[in-house]
Amino acid sequence: MKHIQTLDTRDMAKSAVNGGCGECQTSCQSACKTSCGIANQACENSEE
Amino acid sequence: MIHQYKLNGSNIVLDVYSGSIHLTDDLAYDAIAYLDEGKSREEAAALLKEAYVGKCPPGESAPVAEQDIADTFSDIDELTAAGKLFTEDVYSDKAFDLKQRTTVIKALCLLVAHTCNLNCSYCFAAQGKFQGQQGLMSFETGKRALDFLVEHSGMRRNLEVDFFGGEPLVNFEVCKELVAYARSIEKEKNKNFRFTLTTNGIGITDEVIDWANRECHNVVLSLDGRKEVNDRFRKDLAGNGSYDRIVPKFQEFVRRRCGQGYYMRGTFSHYNTDFTNDIFHMADDLGFAELSMEPVVASPDDPCALTREDLPVLFEQYEILARDMLRRRQEGKPITFYHYMMDLSHGPCIYKRIAGCGSGTEYLAVTAQGDLYPCHQFVNDPEYRMGDIWNGVTRTDIRDEFKLCNVYARPDCKDCWARLYCSGGCAANALHATGSILGTYEYGCELFRKRMECAIWLKAAERT
Repeated sequence: MKHIQTLDTRDMAKSAVNGGCGECQTSCQSACKTSCGIANQACENSEE
Repeated sequence: MIHQYKLNGSNIVLDVYSGSIHLTDDLAYDAIAYLDEGKSREEAAALLKEAYVGKCPPGESAPVAEQDIADTFSDIDELTAAGKLFTEDVYSDKAFDLKQRTTVIKALCLLVAHTCNLNCSYCFAAQGKFQGQQGLMSFETGKRALDFLVEHSGMRRNLEVDFFGGEPLVNFEVCKELVAYARSIEKEKNKNFRFTLTTNGIGITDEVIDWANRECHNVVLSLDGRKEVNDRFRKDLAGNGSYDRIVPKFQEFVRRRCGQGYYMRGTFSHYNTDFTNDIFHMADDLGFAELSMEPVVASPDDPCALTREDLPVLFEQYEILARDMLRRRQEGKPITFYHYMMDLSHGPCIYKRIAGCGSGTEYLAVTAQGDLYPCHQFVNDPEYRMGDIWNGVTRTDIRDEFKLCNVYARPDCKDCWARLYCSGGCAANALHATGSILGTYEYGCELFRKRMECAIWLKAAERT
């Protein structure tokens, strides 16, 4: 493509089919627990 | 839903529901915007022709031709067909399924000490006293909490336990005993405990360092940055600043951590809206590379509370930080800023992005007395006491309320492009700001959106 460069991102629609295993780290959206947020989490399922 | 923005010379287009991120030239940026506004292909082409054809884009020697417009629409068509542009929201039904789901508990926040050896005035937990509860968690109570977690964790193998307070190191002996107990049962129970310690640093000793570096998956070390900034709030009970006592301990702690996870975690307020200087102080003067700075959450009438007038200053600060982090990476000395960490290719699935933090369902806080709350932020409020570790969750109505508290249940999030990056935000902040856990803390949302724009720009810049 000449005008658009697309970054490699996880396909959300596909994750609706094979995601949801629940092994991911519990996140915290408040400011006090820096150890765990959501946007920056990694998926724990290596097969995803 | 499309969100597009320009930052540091980059044109960035997010396709919210597929999670796709695109970098475009000006022509494609405007073409996508016109189509997203609902203009027809012909209307968009006419506007683009008028604006671009025959003119040289900045940095280019050849003028834009009509063929470029056709090529741009071709690119857009290709991405649309591939499900990476103009995708529809197909997840709302899954959000409502969440109420039906069977949840397990996979994380506990143990408030092992309802007391603290510092007296930071901005502390949400009132130095661990919360709503008048004081005291230390006994080993027996903590042990029962770990058993409770195992009993309610189903098939989930990784279990997270945070030592929190107050200041958890005030009750270090019990922390040690609880880890030893957890290690003694995890093989038999087929569980893997991951412990986190959040500490103000005062109680750090050689023994603490050895223990934490052996046993804790992550440690969060509280430091607000420059000495005068840290010592404004982070004082001991006699009113003396803590900086000189904690910084050498934190440095030794991190030195001996040998690459394991840690965060230097600070708070900025109205008094230090130039907070990047605190981040750079911790990085350049103190040698820390894993950094986080969080906006204070305070009552609007508190002098330290962030104001509307602070917002443009803070936005600029986040941009400064992103540019500086790119520079450091290019120079081979990168630092990590917690909010700019994003795993684009292997990040959370859509279920996680909808459900959010799991407070009140997958994650609970346990007080020193063994009472259960949706999370550590709710321990101030007796109305949210859900039960205790001996009798379990008896207020199932609270659990059900939190089970449905997801990004689709929040009306304010309906039109927000960042909804699948924040999952609707923090229920406690929403409650305090609006009176409902289904509300939103809009000031925090504005900062969050800016951080996400900077984080995505940084990821894109690192890859190109």
